Amino acid sequence: MHLAPRVLRRAISAATVALLATAVGCAPQPEDKASDQASGSTATTCAKGKLATQTSGKLTIATDEPAYEPWFEDDKPANGKGFESAVAYAVAKQLGYDKSAVVWQSVPFNKAFAPGVKTFDFDINQVSISPERKKAVDFSSGYYDVRQAVIALKGSKAAKATSIAGLKGLKLGAQVGTTSLNYISDVVKPTQQEAAFSKNDQAVSALKNGQVDAIVVDLPTAFYITSAEVTNAKIVGQFENQGSTPEQFGLVLDKGSDLTSCVSSAVDALRKDGTLAKLEKQWLSDAVDAPVLK
Amino acid sequence: MTVVKDESGRKAADDKGDMPGGGDAYVPSQRRLDRERHKRTRARRATAIAAVSTLVTAVVLYVVVVSAPGWERTKETFFDGHYAREAFPKVLEGLWLNIRLLLICGVLVLVLGMLIAIARTLRGPVFFPLRVLAAAYTDFFRGLPLIINLMIVVFGVPALRLQGVTVDPVWLGGAALTLTYSAYVAEVFRAGIESVHPSQRAAARSLGLSNRQALRHVVLPQAVRRQVPPLLNDLVSLQKDTGLVSIGGAIDAVRASDIIAQRALNYTPYIVAGLVFVALTIPMTRFTDWVTARMDRQRAQGGTT
Repeated sequence: MHLAPRVLRRAISAATVALLATAVGCAPQPEDKASDQASGSTATTCAKGKLATQTSGKLTIATDEPAYEPWFEDDKPANGKGFESAVAYAVAKQLGYDKSAVVWQSVPFNKAFAPGVKTFDFDINQVSISPERKKAVDFSSGYYDVRQAVIALKGSKAAKATSIAGLKGLKLGAQVGTTSLNYISDVVKPTQQEAAFSKNDQAVSALKNGQVDAIVVDLPTAFYITSAEVTNAKIVGQFENQGSTPEQFGLVLDKGSDLTSCVSSAVDALRKDGTLAKLEKQWLSDAVDAPVLK
Repeated sequence: MTVVKDESGRKAADDKGDMPGGGDAYVPSQRRLDRERHKRTRARRATAIAAVSTLVTAVVLYVVVVSAPGWERTKETFFDGHYAREAFPKVLEGLWLNIRLLLICGVLVLVLGMLIAIARTLRGPVFFPLRVLAAAYTDFFRGLPLIINLMIVVFGVPALRLQGVTVDPVWLGGAALTLTYSAYVAEVFRAGIESVHPSQRAAARSLGLSNRQALRHVVLPQAVRRQVPPLLNDLVSLQKDTGLVSIGGAIDAVRASDIIAQRALNYTPYIVAGLVFVALTIPMTRFTDWVTARMDRQRAQGGTT
């Protein structure tokens, strides 16, 4: 006869615990901003230096650590060197924030565009604009048209490939969560299962160790890796754009951020006045030519 | 004597006053009938109360969870049917790698762990260096974080370009898991060996068994049998940690879900992979419970310990 009261007691305590947990726990933050701001209305005024930033008067910009060349130099985003660092400061200037008003923050690549509350005003980290990512975050206009490229060790079988078909039988690798990995699974469709790494460094080290035959990265990164990091590797070729629109890097903002339209128009202005082209030439000038894989 | 009579005889003990006495057919007393009816009512009432309260709890939980602010977003983020369907076959495909790793590493870990445990419990001054080495091994690999171990072995070892050493991240990852887990398992075995009372060994020796025979036929069987539950515990843990070989680029169940989750920015694939692991672990823990219970029964009945 003691079974029933025990079950009852347990049920009651379980219910109480669940109730408390729900009540005390995770009251979510409202997402109402997202719906009325997503279209990027022009009503927001982009008063120079007076935007509704995380810390007023400061512009918080995020990127991953380590910050890779040629996008940044010496792993120091704040030195203004490297393409993305230069673009970030140009955007900041356009928005009315001078160099001293820019605060850098380290945010992992995958986390930058994951859903959730953001601690930065915008993130600049070679994030390609994609419809799936757009569901979770806002993007500015693209600041760089990017192509994906394949790297292999010189003299290897992979280095001799001249077409996508020539890559099919190889062991390919890329960083997880990147469009590079999508190119492997969606464009190359290799017969061997691809390798997915948490960091680009690990993909590079796997390439050096012969654990993969070739890796896929974006073209400027490919130039940096082959010219500085793994000098016995070469760029096998670059992929053509998939679909009609070119793949573009965009600045990442919180979903429904008040800043999205301002940041976007700042990027557009920089493209219009030729600043982006100038910076591209300055920092990514050698990243122009690589054979196209068909 | 019929069965009925036999029963009545036994029941008679507590209904003495009402028994008519003699060998007549048993007629339960009124008091007894009342008591039984009362018991039945109580049991029915208890069942009814338990059922109602379970139902109420379920309804309350359902209402609380579903009406909680943010439930819609939680559902979209963690329980999206579309992504679950996409992830499930890929996770299963990756899981096959985890299972193979578990089987191969499991066997290697048991063998290596046993050898280290024996090395650590050997007696005699000549075995001193062996004892020290075995102790150093367990100390080092139990203290070394598994993730560091994996990164050293998976990324570091191939950089040495050793001849005849594989660069396959799965084999290397398996080797790292074996190194760490054999240290744990060695300690489990050692605890087992030391838990066998010294008199057992003394008795074996007095019967003329050599040290080695005493270890093989008297100490180890008892030690291993006692340590089955903690060993299975370590195997369950190993099974989950096989997911860590994905850092080398191998696509197991964890990484397969990771790829979809990172692309779609939806965390349903993680839930799917997590549940698959839980589903794999539950039979193993139940098996552990069953083995333990069976051993306890045997011991209680005076069987071998």
